[in-house]
Amino acid sequence: MYNFEFEKPSTIADAVASLAEEDVLALGGGQTLLPTMKQRLASPSKVVSLKAIAEMQGICVADDGSVCIGGTTTHAEVASGEEVFPGLAALAGGIGDPAVRARGTIGGSLANNDPAACYPAAALGAGATIVTNARHIAADDYFQGMFTTALEEGEIITEVRFPIPEASNYQKFEQPASRFALVGVFVAKVADGVRVAVTGASEDGVFRWSEAETALSTNFTAGAIAELTLSEDGMISDLHGTGAYRAHLVGVLTRRAVAAAS
Amino acid sequence: MPKDHGIGASPKRREDVRFLSGTGNYTDDIQINGQAYVHFLRSDIAHAKIRSIDTTAAAAMPGVVRIFTGADFEGIGGIPCGWQVTDRHGEPMQEPAHPVLAQGKVRYVGDQIAAVVADTIEQARDAAEAIDVDLEELPAVVDMKAALEESAPKVHDDLTSNLCYDWGFVEENKPAVDAAFEAAAHVTTLELRNNRLIANPMEPRVAIGDFNRATGDSTLYTTSQNPHVIRLLMGAFVLGIPEHKLRVVAPDVGGGFGTKIFHYAEEAFCTFAAKSLNRAVKWTSTRSEAFISDAHGRDHVTKIELALDADNNFTALRTDTHANMGAYLSTFAPSVPTWLHGTLMAGNYKTPLIYVNVKAVFTNTVPVDAYRGAGRPEATYQLERLIDKAALELGVDPIALRRQNFITEFPYATPVAVEYDTGDYHGTMDALECMADISGFEARRKESEARGKLRGFGVNCYIEACGIAPSNLVGQLGARAGLYESATVRVNATGGIVVMTGSHSHGQGHETSFPQVIAEMIGIDESMVEIEHGDTANTPMGMGTYGSRSIAVGGSAMVRATEKIIAKAKKIAAHLMEASEADIELKDGAFSVAGTDKSVAWGDVTLAAYVPHNYPLEDIEPGLEETAFYDPANFTYPSGAYACEVEVDPDTGKVTIEAFNAADDFGNIINPMIVDGQVHGGIGQGIGQALLENASYDENGQLLSASYMDYAMPRASDVPFFGVDHSSQTPCTHNPLGVKGCGEAGAIGSPPAVVNAVVDALRSGGHDVTHIDMPVSPSRVWQAMNG
Ligand SMILES: Cc1cc2nc3c(=O)[nH]c(=O)nc-3n(C[C@H](O)[C@H](O)[C@H](O)COP(=O)(O)OP(=O)(O)OC[C@H]3O[C@@H](n4cnc5c(N)ncnc54)[C@H](O)[C@@H]3O)c2cc1C
Repeated sequence: MYNFEFEKPSTIADAVASLAEEDVLALGGGQTLLPTMKQRLASPSKVVSLKAIAEMQGICVADDGSVCIGGTTTHAEVASGEEVFPGLAALAGGIGDPAVRARGTIGGSLANNDPAACYPAAALGAGATIVTNARHIAADDYFQGMFTTALEEGEIITEVRFPIPEASNYQKFEQPASRFALVGVFVAKVADGVRVAVTGASEDGVFRWSEAETALSTNFTAGAIAELTLSEDGMISDLHGTGAYRAHLVGVLTRRAVAAAS
Repeated sequence: MPKDHGIGASPKRREDVRFLSGTGNYTDDIQINGQAYVHFLRSDIAHAKIRSIDTTAAAAMPGVVRIFTGADFEGIGGIPCGWQVTDRHGEPMQEPAHPVLAQGKVRYVGDQIAAVVADTIEQARDAAEAIDVDLEELPAVVDMKAALEESAPKVHDDLTSNLCYDWGFVEENKPAVDAAFEAAAHVTTLELRNNRLIANPMEPRVAIGDFNRATGDSTLYTTSQNPHVIRLLMGAFVLGIPEHKLRVVAPDVGGGFGTKIFHYAEEAFCTFAAKSLNRAVKWTSTRSEAFISDAHGRDHVTKIELALDADNNFTALRTDTHANMGAYLSTFAPSVPTWLHGTLMAGNYKTPLIYVNVKAVFTNTVPVDAYRGAGRPEATYQLERLIDKAALELGVDPIALRRQNFITEFPYATPVAVEYDTGDYHGTMDALECMADISGFEARRKESEARGKLRGFGVNCYIEACGIAPSNLVGQLGARAGLYESATVRVNATGGIVVMTGSHSHGQGHETSFPQVIAEMIGIDESMVEIEHGDTANTPMGMGTYGSRSIAVGGSAMVRATEKIIAKAKKIAAHLMEASEADIELKDGAFSVAGTDKSVAWGDVTLAAYVPHNYPLEDIEPGLEETAFYDPANFTYPSGAYACEVEVDPDTGKVTIEAFNAADDFGNIINPMIVDGQVHGGIGQGIGQALLENASYDENGQLLSASYMDYAMPRASDVPFFGVDHSSQTPCTHNPLGVKGCGEAGAIGSPPAVVNAVVDALRSGGHDVTHIDMPVSPSRVWQAMNG
């Protein structure tokens, strides 16, 4: 780790002001950023912790029925919100280990957009809205490839709004070493159809599997996609599995998610 | 009734009080006044010529004390290799120089180019980034067979090739073995890889060098399984410091699994730098650094063949193995694929003819050396996979095929030069069959199938050799060290005892089990006995702990020394009771005169030894302290039979272990609870090797699995509750405790059972699979099922 300045503002405005400076990074739970800094792969001159900003914390239900999760809400807190949004709570409860869940935040995870992370599948699958200090971004516009998002420099995620699906489920197949998602699939039955979001598999990061969505929107059963396969083109191939294996897993996990949700 | 005291009891591990409450004293806990820190600049290229190293800018950075490079070590010894193997043609192995800091070339990712000593570790790291190294990248060799091709780049330019040795064992048997294959009714052949592993002990390596200018004495604090060996190797071969001017201290050691046996360059560096700077120098490995600087384990590629007659008797065995040495020879590397592997190829079977060929190969990878089991897991895995394949081809029951070929008469001289003293292979197999509920398997398989899962059952046997010995034999085999152990038993005036053993512990519980032996011998409470180990200044010269040798060899030395204590104490007791020495009996901590009611307590005798007012001073010296060195007559041969039951998810290829049962014969057992724990840990690591772990290099010599993000360690959730049985006990015939050692059995015996079970599961699902290489990861299983 290199030396750096540290700030812990209590308002969004102060945080945004600090983040406007050169070479400054926001700190959520630090579960990604701190290891990166320790390995000297990131060297911000200043780190601004968002954890003291009261309005970025906690979970509530909005008038339109959607769940609003503050940007610094930990995975553990989301995991405990089972009665509100069981599909999301279960996903959060499967991230990392208890220590990671006690520190890691939803805002940090979505800002980082690791291609093997879990939350991006839920946000895209449920059609969430990413609320920042400046604007509202639909999940469909937010994810722009591995580790790439619509966030501008210095822009912070203050809240994530999830419309609650009629039914949803996340199936995660763990990469044996990191226990991130080798492939993860979030299926949500929403008012106007079905959304299927896949993480871990594609070289372009989280994506929607539109063929499966079409089939499931008319018939929300695993059988409706029994014969459906995904091309291995553009799938990640590494030590832990080939592109063909990942493409195969997407089918298996989607069917399992549908079966579990319906 | 289980015993509550002495040999066979299971007192809780006394060392755990400090280990589990954070009050242990590990090497990194040691802070020496004024210590500086070293950071090693390591190569990120697998093979390169060092054109130049410019440290000018770095040396001027804040806090930098001094920057060392290979040039500072010219004329200083290299890291020695502790074992010389002689090849098939009677020639010594090729042994390259192994400098403390790279000279001229770097040979693997992780090789040390320079060492920056600074006031703080952050300053040292900052300065290391400012060193200007000009490397000319050379093509790297990673694959062993490619490394042996004529055109392959040479890891060491001054050697004739990348072949360290080509070893044949037993060379004279080769024609007879080949003839037996010609005559065989059936031959089964299997090609497999024993995957490369990284031990990853919980405590990373640490070294602190210290120097006392007043006395000229050097001290090295290090994470070592064998401080005396480090003192001898480093003192005599690297730095030229005689033992009386060098102290090596290995305090609490947080796991080793073999990787902390070896003498590493970082130890020599810190000792050397402390003297040249007149200041203590500390190095603490980061976890990332451990992946590319701790010796790796295993990494064999083997073709093995079994010849059988028409009645399914094993008639001959032939193996052809390539063993990876990495870029340099680590301390015991050459012995692992040879004397710790070839000698075990008979396994539990009376195969009359065996020929083992091993080619040890240099590659641009981290040096490879002993890891829990060392050679024996590789032998067991090949043999026990092969027998399952033979059973499959012949359509016979794999357990019956094994039983039919078991060795049943002991002592048994194998065709690979060792003599098993005792064993009962049917006994452990009987115990296993009972524990594993084989008769209920078909019902369990049906139940799994009803849930859409494939269930498989796999069995294997193992034999291993512990407490490698005797010294004169291992000397002939190329060891450059003796393999005895030592103990000094010091009885204090009021009867308490301190045992100073040359062995050491890296978590196995010696502080608990060793006192049980003495408590049993004298009939006193274990709490009266304390164990000292790990410091060359207060323990007799000993060889440390590895190869499951501590109780078999170190414990035997302690028994011998205690026998001397008892003999002397009896003389004192005889004097005190005015009786004849021959009539003195020791029981429950009291000496009595046979046939009388006269007795004196242990404490009265020990007090008399130190306050010798009423004492036979003309016959014996005062005091009660004895030392013994014990050099075993033979190895010990623990054996057993293991069974694994798995479920395979045919949709994803994921394997889950549903049951794992282990029946071991460890001879006599000192502390059954500790033995259970050793077996549990060993099986955990064996399951890790079978399902998860793999050190994987790309063709340029970059380690792909260089962190826990990609190197899969087993976790509690990956293993079931183990069934463990050690009721089958055939005591060792040649050591005084009748013990055999249990530290490695679990890791040796478990991988083949897992893979056998997975193959069985897949076949039950109609997949024509005969082998899958470890780790049997979901993607590999899926690949195997889908052609
Ligand atoms: C051992 C381990 C296992 C893990 N397993 C999983 C897993 O199974 N699945 C999974 O999905 N993840 C996993 N993670 C990642 C974990 O979920 C992280 O917590 C998460 O990816 C990052 O969140 P954070 O709050 O820790 O962010 P930080 O590390 O603090 O920050 C990450 C990045 O996001 C930025 N940032 C942080 N907060 C905000 C914000 N509110 N607005 C804008 N930018 C922000 C930071 O500047 C930084 O660039 C694991 C991590 C570890 C250490």
